[in-house]
Amino acid sequence: MTLELASGAAAAAGCFHCGLPVAAGTSFTFDAGGGRRVFCCLGCQAISTSIAGLGLDDYYRVRSAPAPRAPKADEHFDAFDDPVVQERFVSQAPGALEAELILEGLACAACAWLVEQVVARSAGVKSISVNYSTRRARLAWDPATTRLGEVLRAIHALGYSAWPYEEGRLALVEQREGRCLLRRLWVAGLGMMQVMMYAVPGYLAGEGEIAGDAASLMRWAGLVLTAPVMAYSAAPFFRGAWRDLRLSHLGMDVPIALGLLAAFAASVHATVAGAGDVYFDSIAMFVFLITGGRYLELVARRRAGSSLQRLARLVPQMARRVRASDGHEESVAVARLYVGDRVLVRPGETVPADGRLESASASVSQAWLSGESRALARAPGDAVLGGSVNAGDAFVLVVTRLGADTALASIHRLLERALAERPRWADAAQRASAMFVAGILAVAALAGLAWLAIEPSRALWIAVAVLIVTCPCALALATPVALTAGVGALARANVVAASAEAIERLAGATDIVFDKTGTLTHGQPRLLETLPLGLPTRDDCFALASRIARASAHPIDTVFRDASTPIAPASTDMGELPRSVAGQGIETMIEGRRYRLGREGFVAQLCASPLPSSLEEVADTVTWLGDEGGWLARFRIGDELRAEARAAISDLRALGLAVHLLSGDEAGAVNRVAASLGIVDASARATPEDKRSRVADMQRAGARVAMVGDGINDAPVLAQADVSIAMGGGADLAQVHAHAVLLSNSPADLVRAVRIARRTRRVIRQNLFWALAYNIVVIPLAVAGLVTPLIAGIGMSASSLAVVANAARLRR
Amino acid sequence: MDILYLLIPLSVVLAIVIGAAFWLAVDGGQFDDLDKPALDVVVDDDRPRP
Repeated sequence: MTLELASGAAAAAGCFHCGLPVAAGTSFTFDAGGGRRVFCCLGCQAISTSIAGLGLDDYYRVRSAPAPRAPKADEHFDAFDDPVVQERFVSQAPGALEAELILEGLACAACAWLVEQVVARSAGVKSISVNYSTRRARLAWDPATTRLGEVLRAIHALGYSAWPYEEGRLALVEQREGRCLLRRLWVAGLGMMQVMMYAVPGYLAGEGEIAGDAASLMRWAGLVLTAPVMAYSAAPFFRGAWRDLRLSHLGMDVPIALGLLAAFAASVHATVAGAGDVYFDSIAMFVFLITGGRYLELVARRRAGSSLQRLARLVPQMARRVRASDGHEESVAVARLYVGDRVLVRPGETVPADGRLESASASVSQAWLSGESRALARAPGDAVLGGSVNAGDAFVLVVTRLGADTALASIHRLLERALAERPRWADAAQRASAMFVAGILAVAALAGLAWLAIEPSRALWIAVAVLIVTCPCALALATPVALTAGVGALARANVVAASAEAIERLAGATDIVFDKTGTLTHGQPRLLETLPLGLPTRDDCFALASRIARASAHPIDTVFRDASTPIAPASTDMGELPRSVAGQGIETMIEGRRYRLGREGFVAQLCASPLPSSLEEVADTVTWLGDEGGWLARFRIGDELRAEARAAISDLRALGLAVHLLSGDEAGAVNRVAASLGIVDASARATPEDKRSRVADMQRAGARVAMVGDGINDAPVLAQADVSIAMGGGADLAQVHAHAVLLSNSPADLVRAVRIARRTRRVIRQNLFWALAYNIVVIPLAVAGLVTPLIAGIGMSASSLAVVANAARLRR
Repeated sequence: MDILYLLIPLSVVLAIVIGAAFWLAVDGGQFDDLDKPALDVVVDDDRPRP
């Protein structure tokens, strides 16, 4: 209990649950056995109370990191109970349904324990097992007693997020694959250690120091332990080589399999005949090193894969349908909508399908199409495109087009075309390795033939020695270990690479193209400037505006809802409820005075006085504040540059990259950003097709283009670019097709990513050089008949270790 | 050095036994998650057995 008391005392400094600072005078407390706990918010208080209520306070004792802050609960959990939606991720088990879940917000292993305990206690849950390494959970529940939505809600109530994993049915296959590789690695590792013990005495002892039968016994012991390594651990190489040969193609597996077989056959022959060299230790070590490399690759790939899945989580598209019979709204999956349905879209929600506006007015943002975040006004009967975001008040539309017919789906098709046109990743490495393999086989055969003429009894052994020492262990490891280490280093720079290929391409990029929205700017409207007109100070203006804005659900209030301002006490003097006029602004009464906040014309109606003539025109969006007595303030609202953008751009230039700006935004905004960052090549108002063809033009001129984007409208251009990087907060579609995802959204991490990619490429080149140099030195020796099993073993492990150690430098 | 004739075969048998033990451990999911199961030992489960 002492630990718990200690963390209770620490609550004076931060929230007992999430560790964030607690504002002075908050009343979110809970008296537990260990003392009074103080919380930062109602959410954390509720979670902690329910944890204590379930008797799971041990969580606070064993956790090693504070919990995530309680999230806002506004999710469509019930949507996951719709059979149409469930079809994608639920599998049947006897008496239960099963699904694989992705968990978000697990800060330490104790969180995984907590989720498991809480869910296992709820009624109807058959079993749950949470895997902290993969951040996934396998859930089995009885559909007669509980629903999936209930379980998800319970996890959400704990402060974590859970989503069905769409590839969940693949999870078992994935698990079997991982375990199989681990078993192969264990068998090879044990075999290697033990066989080495039998081999080393032979290397150390002088001629005749070991009795003949003892030496023979050790050879037989080596044979017995190498046999499972060959038959089980090395099986994938033989299968791979067989497949390659049937397709008449020389892959890396061919010389590996051939070398292993030749060495093993020669060693078995030597063991049985009691004469000649044995290579059992080299065989076991070789298989262990290569299998180890493949296992590390699998782990890295899986980790990257699941972070991507977490971003591209499966959120069912839900819609609010207005029932024709009684006019009530009901929540349905978009897949269940029909043409002619009437759909209600609340402020901030996404329009589920293309439709015709029925309400008197609407204001929507079509950022996904144009890249422009400004809201557009729509009149009754106007078309509203699916995927747009409602930037004004709630409206009703009549569905006209669904699914594959929508404008959004046509962007999808554009994307597919770009993907198909992407120049195929030239497999130069593959062709080079095939030539290398052919070369080795030729050298081994020639050496054998030559020795057949010189000294026939040694010919076979020399051909085998050539195959073994050149066994391209280092060559086979050179690229994968460096790429694996590079992917790991990128992840620490907040960049998740979807494939190892991304690193090679990023390292080779010559041009980098930014899409302005969201990459260089914050992507959200912010208050840039406050100009007091009738009020004494800027703070007064802001305080009044935020008081007015907070009272309404108008989108403008996000600008005035700044975390740094103290939260005003709940006002009791609201004489009249605020009135929000669609597309115009808000009107409200505070302390007997009538205020208006919004567009110029709207506020002018109230003010009845002309605008001060001395004001200069500004390009940004402007919001006015006024009362019956006159104008009070002008707020300039716009997209602000990210703080680190300028430094990042100059760093990218220093790395030799040409920087371009290709945006769908209005010319004014684009030019201002380009000017302040010193970007010469900037184009505005580009459509998705424009962007794609611009990048294609650059590629034809010989540039290798890295594209950084974030919207669905960027998806086609992301696919066209040589390497594409999506922002973590962007639309899911773009991420799925991007080579890499920038989780932090910070351009500074982009610079780090380019540096890491280039370092990785350098390490790969060094590794290939070492591996080739080793072979060039050792092949003549083997052909000359100077290579003993000891030299072969040392040479092979030294070259492999050099390659692995060189790659390990990337982890620093 | 006659003891070698016992120890070498014994070491082969031991290696095979250890290999089998690891095999079963991997199949039992012992290596799937190396973080959370450590807590199951430390924390009491006060739930009544169903």
